[in-house]
Amino acid sequence: MPQNILVVGELENGAPSTVTLELLGGAAALAAGGSVSVSLLGSGATAAAAQAAGASKAFVSDDANYDTFRGEQWLPAVQAAVEQSGATLVLMAQSTAGRELGPRLAHRLNTAVAMDCVKVEDAGGALQFTRPAYGGNAQATYTIATNPAIATVRPKSFDEATGAGASETAELPAAGASRVNVVGKEVTESEGLALTDAPIVVAGGRGLGAPEGFETLRELAAALGKDKAAVGASRAAVDLGWFPPSEQIGLTGKVVTPDLYIAIAISGASQHMAGASGSKTIVGVNRDKDANIFDFSKYGVVGDWKQVIPALIEELKK
Amino acid sequence: MHIVVCAKQIPDPETPPSAFKIDAATNKVVPAQGIAPVLSQFDAIAAEAALRIKEAGGEGKVTVISMGAESAQAAIKQVLAMGADEGVLLNDPAFEDGDSHTTAKVLASAIQKLGDVDAVFCGRQAADWDMGQVGLLIAEILDWPVATIAKGASLEGETLSVERVLADGFETVQVPFPAVVTVSNEFGEPRYPKLPQIMAAAKKTVTQMKAGDLGLDPSEVGKAGSRLQLQKLFIPEKGAQVEFIAGDTPQEQAAALVSKLRADKLI
Ligand SMILES: Cc1cc2nc3c(=O)[nH]c(=O)nc-3n(C[C@H](O)[C@H](O)[C@H](O)COP(=O)(O)OP(=O)(O)OC[C@H]3O[C@@H](n4cnc5c(N)ncnc54)[C@H](O)[C@@H]3O)c2cc1C
Ligand SMILES: Nc1ncnc2c1ncn2[C@@H]1O[C@H](COP(=O)(O)O)[C@@H](O)[C@H]1O
Repeated sequence: MPQNILVVGELENGAPSTVTLELLGGAAALAAGGSVSVSLLGSGATAAAAQAAGASKAFVSDDANYDTFRGEQWLPAVQAAVEQSGATLVLMAQSTAGRELGPRLAHRLNTAVAMDCVKVEDAGGALQFTRPAYGGNAQATYTIATNPAIATVRPKSFDEATGAGASETAELPAAGASRVNVVGKEVTESEGLALTDAPIVVAGGRGLGAPEGFETLRELAAALGKDKAAVGASRAAVDLGWFPPSEQIGLTGKVVTPDLYIAIAISGASQHMAGASGSKTIVGVNRDKDANIFDFSKYGVVGDWKQVIPALIEELKK
Repeated sequence: MHIVVCAKQIPDPETPPSAFKIDAATNKVVPAQGIAPVLSQFDAIAAEAALRIKEAGGEGKVTVISMGAESAQAAIKQVLAMGADEGVLLNDPAFEDGDSHTTAKVLASAIQKLGDVDAVFCGRQAADWDMGQVGLLIAEILDWPVATIAKGASLEGETLSVERVLADGFETVQVPFPAVVTVSNEFGEPRYPKLPQIMAAAKKTVTQMKAGDLGLDPSEVGKAGSRLQLQKLFIPEKGAQVEFIAGDTPQEQAAALVSKLRADKLI
């Protein structure tokens, strides 16, 4: 069935973010003769509209007050874009912004949102939304009876849109007031390649036993190639303070889909795999041959990481 | 300062995947044998955050509210044992099988009925369905400001200072009362109640409220009032069939793995 789709875009360095382009890619496939538009808020939004591949129309405001996300400021603008675009489906990322906007927008439009979807499809006329639940142990498929349907979508669920950007733009209002006042921000500098971009991810868990384990993992990443491999962690390791929260992989952390994911001393709990199971090839290194990680792995190494990983580093250096 | 903590009882999220079963006919999780339901972990942390604010202020009240079956008393008692003052259970067959919006409606109605609430603390998401909606929806219904995914919350004069977890770091926000906060695991571990506190909590009475007490019509709550409609709950298939890497020594294993990964052009 034709859908008029609004993608709630986000800007990154003045351009539509990667997941915005993914959502536009998903929208192109779902529109089925309907329209695809995008909303972009913040400095450079108007210029970025031309890079919003696959959107015919962009709803924009260049107001710099939108640069820091505040739900109360974004909501009226996004709501206006929904209304002006006549959207029957609103797609946004499962990001800091999307997590907040989805439920709040649904409330304001008397409709519902399916959070953290990995699949949105047209199943014979009705849109179906599939999302992991129970920490990834299960998946649930929903329909939404009210209009518009809203979904937040997990990164890497769709392929990026290609082609020309929006040829038509419409102005959204400037940002209004917010009762929530942002007074400070602290950016965690991640060492090396960004986790979500790296073709190889080396991840460590509680079984490393001490924070020093991550130093060995960094050596492994370096041996695999500084421009190729990034290091991440399970929540157990992050909760122990061994690695920064911004580098956590999983349901409440980052979603990564590298070509190669090496999970070291990680049990493979469903909540961890929620962020890693989209990897093309998974290698598990665990001393327990029954560890859940091996249910997801193409290759499994049963052994003590303290012996296996240094040997692996040596072998790679040969 | 009167803070409400919203606490949900859920199947234990640490249930091993092998014990996790779904009844396809009802689209429901089959309770795992011998694994008791638990207080959703983020809600215990939300309770910790609320109690610390009460303690820092030196006075005030923390009320824990749960919508759920009679068994959810256990979740309420756990928060009471942590130090909450009062408990409310919203138990009515009409509330069952709702969505985030009907759940938030029921909880917000109870909060309004309490009347004098200054802040609501929720978990960032309930660790069963992992929606992450109810706190935001309560804020919308009450028209209160909201700060999500908190790793810290403290009183700063007349306002609440909340540290939020972002994808690339943290931000600090200031929020006027009354407000809603959703709390994440980065906040830290919740306190473990000691035996005397557990025994004292067991003796406390939990107030019960039903749809009628909240002025809600059964048609607007539970399954009847839901907008998000569950069609199918299933266990996804796992892709890989593992090949264990042979080798008598770590060096042999490492060499074998590297040659496989090179053959697959992954490294
Ligand atoms: C709502 C919710 C959300 C969550 N979100 C996330 C999330 O986003 N990300 C996440 O990762 N987790 C998340 N979790 C936690 C998750 O359930 C697991 O508890 C966590 O992933 C376990 O981390 P781990 O595998 O490092 O530790 P463990 O489960 O303790 O596993 C350690 C592993 O190391 C192995 N090991 C020990 N010593 C050695 C050795 N010397 N050599 C080799 N192997 C060894 C052990 O055999 C074991 O398999 C969440 C949980 C809940 C309830
Ligand atoms: N049935 C419930 N009873 C009490 N609190 C709830 C209930 N459902 C959700 N909540 C609260 O809302 C938060 C988010 O839940 P959810 O939106 O379902 O992921 C939870 O962490 C709880 O604090």
